[in-house]
Amino acid sequence: MDKIIKIKNGLNIPLKGMAEKTITNVESSNYAIKPTDFTGVFPKLMLKEDGKVKAGTAIFYDKYNEKVKFTSPVSGTITAINRGPKRVIEEIVIESDGNFEYEQFQQANPNDLDAETIKQQLLESGLWPAIRRRPFEVIARPEDKPKAIFISGFDTHPLAPDISFIAHGKGNEFQTGLDALKKLTEGTIHLNILANEKNTGVFTNAKNVQINRFKGPHPAGNVGTQINKIDPVNKDEVVWHINVQDVIMIGRLFLNGRYDATKIVALTGSEVKNPHYYKLIHGSSIEPMVTDNLKQENVRFISGNPLTGTKTYKQGFIGYYDHQITVIPEGDYYEFIGWATPGFNKFSTSRSFFSWLQPGKKYRIDTNLKGGPRALVMTGQFEKVFPFDIYPMQLLKSIIIEDIELMENLGIYEIGPEDFALCEFVDTSKTEIQSIVHNGLEMARKELM
Amino acid sequence: MKALREYIDKIKPHFEKGGKFEKLHSVFDGFETFLFVPNRVTTRGSHIRDAIDMKRTMATVVLAMFPALLFGIWNVGYQHFQVTESMPEFWTIVGYGLIKVLPIVVVSYVTGLAIEFFFAQIRGHEINEGFLVSGMLIPLVLPPTIPLWMVALATAFAVILGKEVFGGTGMNILNPALTARAFLFFAYPAYMSGDKVWIAENAADATTGATPLAEAAAGNSDSLPDFWNMFFGFIPGSIGETSTALIIVGAIILLFTGVGSWRIMLTAILGGLTMGLLFNLWGANEFMQIPAHHQLVMGGFAFGVVFMATDPVSATQTTKGKYIYGFLIGFLGILIRVFNPAYPEGIMLAILFMNVMSPLIDHYVIQANIKHRMKRAKLNSA
Repeated sequence: MDKIIKIKNGLNIPLKGMAEKTITNVESSNYAIKPTDFTGVFPKLMLKEDGKVKAGTAIFYDKYNEKVKFTSPVSGTITAINRGPKRVIEEIVIESDGNFEYEQFQQANPNDLDAETIKQQLLESGLWPAIRRRPFEVIARPEDKPKAIFISGFDTHPLAPDISFIAHGKGNEFQTGLDALKKLTEGTIHLNILANEKNTGVFTNAKNVQINRFKGPHPAGNVGTQINKIDPVNKDEVVWHINVQDVIMIGRLFLNGRYDATKIVALTGSEVKNPHYYKLIHGSSIEPMVTDNLKQENVRFISGNPLTGTKTYKQGFIGYYDHQITVIPEGDYYEFIGWATPGFNKFSTSRSFFSWLQPGKKYRIDTNLKGGPRALVMTGQFEKVFPFDIYPMQLLKSIIIEDIELMENLGIYEIGPEDFALCEFVDTSKTEIQSIVHNGLEMARKELM
Repeated sequence: MKALREYIDKIKPHFEKGGKFEKLHSVFDGFETFLFVPNRVTTRGSHIRDAIDMKRTMATVVLAMFPALLFGIWNVGYQHFQVTESMPEFWTIVGYGLIKVLPIVVVSYVTGLAIEFFFAQIRGHEINEGFLVSGMLIPLVLPPTIPLWMVALATAFAVILGKEVFGGTGMNILNPALTARAFLFFAYPAYMSGDKVWIAENAADATTGATPLAEAAAGNSDSLPDFWNMFFGFIPGSIGETSTALIIVGAIILLFTGVGSWRIMLTAILGGLTMGLLFNLWGANEFMQIPAHHQLVMGGFAFGVVFMATDPVSATQTTKGKYIYGFLIGFLGILIRVFNPAYPEGIMLAILFMNVMSPLIDHYVIQANIKHRMKRAKLNSA
């Protein structure tokens, strides 16, 4: 039996709307690639509106890292390039032609290829951005020498899909993907799975990896937590991490010579009538899934989970790294002396609301901020949900005062914004903590990378 | 409620920028958010949030102080009528207590909130709820005989110099309520120390009115009340501090809701007991011979440990730091109390002293974490 790593500090937020384990195929006519999914990337377009693409055709590259290309997930025509404030490109929309034509890449067993060829194939096909690095939680650089690669085989975010279920039956693709990644590091590939993961599945049969088992509440499934517990990042070191479904896509790339961006996504949330799994091509519009599938209309659409996901809209698109769509109620209402009510229906980690009387209850939490922003007054709250060997409050304050040396000393290399999502959730002072962490990471990256 | 909401929405524009009452924006906002949790939604980051906010937190602390306050009101009357010939019925005692205590509470809140509103407005901030707690703490640590103008003066001093000059709630170094008490203690010692002021009226017979601490400091340990009287609080003292039993009720509320730090409370009690036992061993004078567990129920020890030491702003912020901070508060509190009879209320000075020390404690705790990280890096590169 592998060693089990127990996570003590954390929190599972009990939300309504878990996806049922059935899979429906869904085909959208519109797809998009969103440059804003990629921190620190400055997109340089290679094609214009009305440009014809196949699955795997490069659409833009990163100005700061020209080798890294971003490709279309489907074949069709670029119909719109949507820009936001300051003309930042937000979405490149592609209308599918329904033909599923693919750019042809090399079809080979990665074990027979050298690292350089594998890198080249990943960079050209548009799968390279799936590999991210710590420090700084950005896309890996081709010249990095990672000391390890981490793959989290489970997701503990609220309502998160069951990755083991998603990967079921894809053992061959997954192993081929692992073989390709193995060529890119001299270190270990850590595959982190749940303590109670069945020993017969895709994960436990994986070869060329070290399997670590985890137990405990969220953020046990966050790759950041796992890195911190297994092989923390120090100054001048780099680790990579990648999602399971992206490893499977890499596997397919080498098995079939195609960028086949098919993945399984869970539609979740209290406002969804029939929350379950969908098989689709990534970048898909969420419209076909949510149409006639909502309990009411005043809702928030999130690409991702409620803690770290991105706000989107009914016709919006699934983000590059997301395998979950969540629909929760908007909280744009006033509540009469809401802070003084007994609060049987209000979820809180503090027991100042009487919801503690009903353990195991699932909640329908909306997007209301539930209070006004204040100075950081309470202490000890973050530590209860933050399992790192890092002082969260002090690290945050070092970011606020923009002291890069102090940030380094306090462990900014080891974290990503998502690791602070629970701190943000529990914070009494309603501070936007993930934004602060994001800014700190960007500040340090620009200085040090 | 809908009508109220509509009325607020109607008058709201007057308080916005450019409106007639623009200068009262913070005050309006304060009242509006008191009545209605705002309709503000999350934009970036976590889309969902814990239901707790500063109002709920502070309201919980105020609630936790209520048992001590209610008992205090009764006890003020009870102590007063002890000096007189006969003990009247319950409601007369409470009525007397109310007449003494309520004005102090009102003066504390009115003075403090007025200053808070003023500063919030000039800073363009929302009004912070921190004073809801301080405004209740201040009366509870004052003797019931205090003149009201002193309450106002001390509150103003504490809020302006103890808090606002540092940037408001969350930025202060010292606990504001203790700052108020320390101010009075040093500015008007005749009203705050000695033995004559601890009863509800400036009665001449100090023997029945003197607090146990004053008795102990004077070496009259024979005339100390027994442990259970002190534990339940049938003794003279500041309004909220006498009943250790009801302070424990408050502590349970704070700990159960997760608002107060058990680490600080526990280690402070341990610190107090340690010092008390050391003194018992030494036993050089009568005060030192008082059993250690008696020390915990005398004076403001329990109140200070539960409600003052746990103030998250002025306490240490790190978990390890909290153990050290709490222990030293208990330890020093008893030490000062016994060694310096001029300052019988040692716990107050101990907490203020540790407030000042807490950034230093945190500094060393954090440095240890940094060193540990550096060492890990070196090991790996070696």
